[in-house]
Amino acid sequence: MSDLTRLSLAALRDGLKAKEFTSVEATDAYLSAIEAANPKLNPYVAVTSDQARDMARASDEKLQKGKGGPLEGVPLGIKDLFATKGAHTQAASHILDHFLPEYESTITQQLWNHGAVMLGKLNMDEFAMGSSNETSYYGPVVNPWRAENSNKDLVPGGSSGGSAAATSAWLCAAATATDTGGSIRQPAAFTGTVGIKPTYGRCSRWGVVAFASSLDQAGPIARTVEDAAIMLQSMSGFDPKDSTSVDLAVPDFAAAVERGVKGVTIGVPKEYRMDGMPAEIEKLWTQGLEWLKAEGATVRDISLPHTKYALPAYYIVAPAEASSNLARYDGVKYGLRKTGKDITDMYEQTRAAGFGREVKRRVMIGTYVLSAGYYDAYYVRAQKVRTLIKRDFEQAFNDGIDAILTPATPSAAFGIADQDMAADPIKMYLNDVFTVTVNMAGLPGIAVPAGKDTNGLPLGLQLIGKPFDEETLFAAGRVIEKANGGGFEPKVWW
Amino acid sequence: MSVDAETVRRIGRLARIHIDEDQVESYRTELNSILGFVEQLNEVDVEGVEPMTSVMPMSLRRREDKVTDGDQAEKIVANAPLSEDNFFMVPKVVE
Repeated sequence: MSDLTRLSLAALRDGLKAKEFTSVEATDAYLSAIEAANPKLNPYVAVTSDQARDMARASDEKLQKGKGGPLEGVPLGIKDLFATKGAHTQAASHILDHFLPEYESTITQQLWNHGAVMLGKLNMDEFAMGSSNETSYYGPVVNPWRAENSNKDLVPGGSSGGSAAATSAWLCAAATATDTGGSIRQPAAFTGTVGIKPTYGRCSRWGVVAFASSLDQAGPIARTVEDAAIMLQSMSGFDPKDSTSVDLAVPDFAAAVERGVKGVTIGVPKEYRMDGMPAEIEKLWTQGLEWLKAEGATVRDISLPHTKYALPAYYIVAPAEASSNLARYDGVKYGLRKTGKDITDMYEQTRAAGFGREVKRRVMIGTYVLSAGYYDAYYVRAQKVRTLIKRDFEQAFNDGIDAILTPATPSAAFGIADQDMAADPIKMYLNDVFTVTVNMAGLPGIAVPAGKDTNGLPLGLQLIGKPFDEETLFAAGRVIEKANGGGFEPKVWW
Repeated sequence: MSVDAETVRRIGRLARIHIDEDQVESYRTELNSILGFVEQLNEVDVEGVEPMTSVMPMSLRRREDKVTDGDQAEKIVANAPLSEDNFFMVPKVVE
């Protein structure tokens, strides 16, 4: 039965509906695959086998009667950032040890209401801060992909490294993920999967552990563009419990997938042609434009002049919001507590022991840029630059651009414990150089596998859309997916 | 702008993160590397530009002023490291 794990989410859903197999069979196939792979790849921080089988049995009862929701019986992985009632929810941090939510996040509740089955909770960078999944308290995730003729362990990207690795290695039909600066799109690109960050406000943030509230958006990682559309459909929608949730009807995303790109105008921003860009990334980008043109799209050069300032502005805004959001981890309400000589010492010892180095670094930067005398020079200036970044995109869209094509990442997946990245935090931050602009402007962005580097590792292209126009991204993403020649499945070595 | 060792200690206190004396120097280096990186924002002409407050054009929704939640003290303290009679317990604050 293990071949059930190889089906796309759409095919699995259809097979369940047609009673070709049961959800218990599919769920057991995934649970066996996880049991075999997790010691080597480490994408799951908790496997909820009993709950998964209970949910699968309940789905099978509905399916037997010809009933059930749009995801009835489909086994999913859930990023550890989503609150799941009574199940492991620790944002891959030591400071949330033993935390078991008394409530369910809006997004996961919607998925269960639609019939999905939870396999377990997925590894990630601690509090979603990282681009390699190496800051997790639960250890790094290993990318299912290896370079040709090499057995070196590579990172799956981050922060949604567990979501990407589990999806790529057939350890879930698809996964939830979140993206604050590129945390869905970069790991999707590193693992040959599809990841979409929808428009800010499309998916509820209620019950998702907060990192930088004005940038955080949830979205799916899936093996195909169609699967990503099906997942996003079930994750989206207005939620009165999230004050930034947008009260807009959710379109039929899956219906847009085969719409094509005839008459669509694709913008090519010259500022994304960075100095020292590897030739293979440049080539892939040009290839992507050719594929879109061949299907009837028009390609036009555009300028987004403030692009280079997005990453530095992000490294003020995101840590500032994080320092505020993470103030709640104080050893009183939940999680870890270390004893101290008085209450202040208790706070300081708890947070020193509970947070990892990257989280501490960002909380400290955030504290500094918000402190008296520096607020205007750093935070207010960064928010002004953010206005200019958003204005660049608005200008392009007003001039008739429907979507923008860029590389997803500056390189393919790199090695675990990369010395250059460890020595200089900025090197790691540069992973998000193509993706972070999208969060700063609140726009939707999708990463789709498009080619391979000289070592046979997957590379992705990113499409950026107008606010609330995820449909064009699915349509254009599908054109790239059809043209890429396939082969975005890792060779099983684990 | 760059930070010195005393500033690192002060930020640690403000952030309520204990910093061992032998870590001050490495934090100082890392923070200065990040602050140096964000310095390029000073090149941008932001004269007359409004700082962003909401990335999607929207005003905060209001709701009726009525109680919609509550009566769940047990659930609220359920994850506390230390609690008694539905109160969070902390080290003595007032002598």
